[in-house]
This record gives sequence, structure tokens and C-alpha cells, in this order.
Amino acid sequence: MTASDVEKVPVEPRPEPATASATAPARRRSRVGRWWWAAGIAIAALVVVILAPLASPDPDGLERVAADTGFIERATNFWGGILNGYAIPGIDDPRVSTILSGLLGVAIVVAIVFVLGRVVARRKA
Amino acid sequence: MDLFAIATVPAAAAVDPSLHAADRFLAVPVSLLFWAITLVVLGISVRQANRTLDERSIPLMGVMAAFIFAAQMFNFQVVGGTSGHLLGGVLAAVLLGPWAGTLVMACVVIVQGLVFSDGGLLVMGANIFNMGIVGTLGGFAVYRVLCGLFRGEDRGRVPAAAIAGWLSVMGAALMMSLELIVSGTSPAELVLPAMLGVHLFIGIGEALVTGAAVAFIATTRRDLLDLRPDRAARVAERAGAVPA
Repeated sequence: MTASDVEKVPVEPRPEPATASATAPARRRSRVGRWWWAAGIAIAALVVVILAPLASPDPDGLERVAADTGFIERATNFWGGILNGYAIPGIDDPRVSTILSGLLGVAIVVAIVFVLGRVVARRKA
Repeated sequence: MDLFAIATVPAAAAVDPSLHAADRFLAVPVSLLFWAITLVVLGISVRQANRTLDERSIPLMGVMAAFIFAAQMFNFQVVGGTSGHLLGGVLAAVLLGPWAGTLVMACVVIVQGLVFSDGGLLVMGANIFNMGIVGTLGGFAVYRVLCGLFRGEDRGRVPAAAIAGWLSVMGAALMMSLELIVSGTSPAELVLPAMLGVHLFIGIGEALVTGAAVAFIATTRRDLLDLRPDRAARVAERAGAVPA
């Protein structure tokens, strides 16, 4: 599946009236689709840049219950992760560290979901 | 608060924006059971998505994964020095269908655990089940029923999504509580009221964000809503019926 195929996909399945002007709106719609996609990713990036550094430092629901009912000392994982606690080692400013690790996380999940989506959507039964 | 005792990270950096269930919260057999259940559901999801997923939904899947990952980093304040974050399972299922939605939720939780140690790997099956599958399958089923009660999805999608979102948080909290009880981590009379009590409020955030996001997409890109497999099938059916 190449990049040029992507543009064709939204056009073909829709039965358009067979007039000379039919292809023009269809193509424009796929462009809008691409912009919309970029805007969606941008919204997610903005959530990371603007909201993530403002996140409440208070324990979340489960952590609060763990602390209150006495099993918070079990809050350890066998695998320490690569960027533990959404922080990048060596970056002192915690906001910058959170933002960069968040943007990296967004990029990783988008990449994985794109590949997975392609693989899963291919070859219908 | 030494939340990441096992990791070699300075204490200052261990102040985390969120924390999913950690490995030692659950007994190993409970963790393995939920890994098994989750793997079965993921296998079914892959097969169902393979059969029904429209390739045009893939960009939307990417946007959903990005948004849910980002939103889960933002812990909002609720009562009593406690915070909460979005789950997003109902939102993913309303836009993508339950199967693709489940895959998106699993990807988010896997990246959180593998890269950021947000949630353990052993309990990851339970975390995917609680925060993903409860919302994408259970929450979506509730959404469909509520849409029926609100006289159709086109009229009722926003309130239905909001209520299903709230219920998905309560369902996740209930499942987490049951897993903790069965694991012997915490007694039922302590953990059940505590978990359900605090998630009553956290669920309001879920309801607001889910309802707002669904309303936003319904007004800006209504066509995306028809990419969901069950709706797409109905649209195709109607289109095929008209010329005949």
C-alpha cells in the first residue's frame, strides 16, 4: 500500500454520479480528510503540551485507594520501563520532560496503530 | 512516596502523572487469568476487525490512539486530594466500533506499560481488560441500548456516550476492586466503597470528555461516524436498496 493508494481509497467505494464534475468533489473530500487527520493529531499534541504539565500531582483514584487501604507499598513493577514516570533522564525541567516524553508516546502509539490497522484491514475474508 | 521502588530513577523523577495498577497489586494467578481473557478478546477483535474494518478508519484509529494516550496524561482534580484521568474506551468504540476500539485501547496501555512503566507488564492483561475492554465492549453495549432509549443514535449519541462513559469508569473500578479482593490485596469492605466512591466523581470527567468529543465529531465530520462497521453496513444496505 503506497501513499498514492491512500488517496484513492476514500473515492472508490462511494457511488458518485457519473458526471464530469463528480471526481472533483470526491478528491477535495479526501484532502479535507487528510487535514482533519493532521488536526486530530495536533489536538492530541496540544493536550500533551498544554494540559499534561498542568496535570494534578495528587494520586489518582486507584493510588488514593491503595494509600488509604494500605497496599500502596505494593506499587512496584517488574519492568521499570524506558522513560519511567513520563520523564526523560537528563532533562531537568519537569514540564519539558513530561511534554517531550508525552509527544514521543503519542508518536509511538500512532505509528503502532497505523501499522496494526493496515495489517488488520488487509485481506478481507 | 516511593512508587517506583524497583526502578533506578531518581526520586524526583518518580513523581508520576498517573499510575495504572502495578504488578504486585494482583496475585500472579489473577494476573495470568486476566492476561488469558484479554488475549482471547484481542484475538477475537483482530478477527472481527479484519472482517469489518474500513481502511478509511485507520487515520481515525491513529487520532483516537493519540488523543487517548495524551488525555490519559492529564490527571484532573476530583474531591479530597485525588485525581483521575480519561479512559476513553467508550469514545473509541463509538467512533471505531468495539473491535477496532479494543485494539486501540490495547495499544495505548501496552505503550504506557512498556515505555513508561505506567502499569505493570504482569498485570497488563488486567489493565487492558479494565480500562479498555470494559469500555469498548461493555460500555459500547450500554451505548447501543441507550441510543435505542433516546430514539435513535442520531438523536441520542451524545447523552448515550456520556452515560456509557460514566458507567465504563464505574465498571473499570468494580473490576479492579474484584481483582484486588480475589488477590487478597485488600478486603472487600474496604476497597469496594473506596474505589466506587472516588470513581463516581472521576467518571463525571469521562462523561464530559466522551460526550464533548462525540458531539465535536458529529458536528465537524459527521461522515466519519458512518465508517463504524455496523453503521457502514446499514448505509451500504440502504444504498443498495434504493436503485432496485
